[in-house]
Amino acid sequence: MSGFFNSSIGRKYAMALSAFFLIIFLVIHLAVNITSLFSEDLFNQLSHFMGTNPLIQFAMQPVLIFGVVFHFIMGFVLELKNKGSRNVKYAKNNGSANSTWMSRNMIYSGLVILAFIVLHFIDFWIPELNTKYVQGDMSGMLAGEEGFRYFEELQHKFVEPWRVGAYIVAFILLALHLLHGFTSAFQSVGATMGRKKTMKNIGKAYSILIPLGFIVIALFHHFNH
Amino acid sequence: MNLTLKIWRQKGPQEKGKMVDYKVSDISEHMSFLEMMDVLNEQLVNSGEEPVAFDHDCREGICGMCSLHINGEAHGPDRGITTCQLHMRMFKDGETITIEPWRAKAFPVIKDLVVDRTAFERIQQAGGYISVNTSGNTQDANAIPISKHAADEAMDAAACIGCGACVASCKNSSAMLFVGAKVSQFALLPQGQVEAVDRVKNMVAQMDLEGFGNCTNTGACEVECPKEISLENIARMNRELVKASLIKF
Repeated sequence: MSGFFNSSIGRKYAMALSAFFLIIFLVIHLAVNITSLFSEDLFNQLSHFMGTNPLIQFAMQPVLIFGVVFHFIMGFVLELKNKGSRNVKYAKNNGSANSTWMSRNMIYSGLVILAFIVLHFIDFWIPELNTKYVQGDMSGMLAGEEGFRYFEELQHKFVEPWRVGAYIVAFILLALHLLHGFTSAFQSVGATMGRKKTMKNIGKAYSILIPLGFIVIALFHHFNH
Repeated sequence: MNLTLKIWRQKGPQEKGKMVDYKVSDISEHMSFLEMMDVLNEQLVNSGEEPVAFDHDCREGICGMCSLHINGEAHGPDRGITTCQLHMRMFKDGETITIEPWRAKAFPVIKDLVVDRTAFERIQQAGGYISVNTSGNTQDANAIPISKHAADEAMDAAACIGCGACVASCKNSSAMLFVGAKVSQFALLPQGQVEAVDRVKNMVAQMDLEGFGNCTNTGACEVECPKEISLENIARMNRELVKASLIKF
């Protein structure tokens, strides 16, 4: 199979498989975060579980990081290869006549999402690693020990309007990325179902509802802290 | 109709090309696009200029020779047609029409609007065939039972005329619709099974070798294809390659 993954189609497959993985991850991430809208306690407990469970921390998390990094690197590699396949550009090219804006600009929506992930890592992931593995505080408690710190930290992050704005822009771009990417991943692995009307509608619903969920969470905590 | 044409002129494969403006007048809206090009060339010959080189052969939409990227689209603004089937009534009087050759690294320009599409032939030679005994003992193909559904789908895939509009329209210059169609027309039929594993592997390897880009499922090829070849053929090729790679490492 090594020959397969070196072929153009094999790379398409790899891109789609990492996409499926990230599509599932987004659902889990949203499912956890959405609890913060109605139950501080549940959100804290879920966050503590996700943040301290060894299976999630040392098995799932590295796989996730690999999936994200792989999807980005492969995306860039393919984009460069594809750009190089047309050495002279058209003087006039009417791309909108035959394809969607989303499908033609995956690299740009992807770059915005990458920038967002960097911000997101600086906001949450790096401080989390620092608290748990550098300072060695695995308790998940606030400094005064008056309860879990997760909900407090989440609310604190969405005080500044610029960050809420950045999150909204990034999630709109994520929606655009998914509007092409969701069904495209099915087509890449050769699944005809991606072209069926039902699947297209599921794709549309997913692409809009998931990012919208994250936007609602950011706005909710901005106005309710 | 009076038109302004912006046409890519390039003396040879190594020469630098440029867009040149031409005026044509009294063009009938009933003319095909290639007939309009003929009028322009007659005009150029009469004034002692070099006529514009462009590919054409049957002029009835089945040979796959005519190409041309017209106003930013392969075979122009109409759907399900080749350039020879494009009528001038699709354009407005006084319009400026931009005419360019197919643009892809794997389709180098030979002259003006003519590109070298032999990359497609090399892909075909890599596996787009079946081995049949032709010594006089050939079995009648109709003796093999084939479902109506498979026969229809194979026929739809076989409708590909190899014009290269898919490559020209694709933002990645990918040839996957062409190769997908060529793989599919055999993959769907019992006669194609004998060489199925090697066919898809060799054709995809040759496609990659020729320098075509990678498909990102924009679907532009399917829209611009004069024979309306479905994207389903690309999905089938992808499945065929996985199957072949599992059977033969």
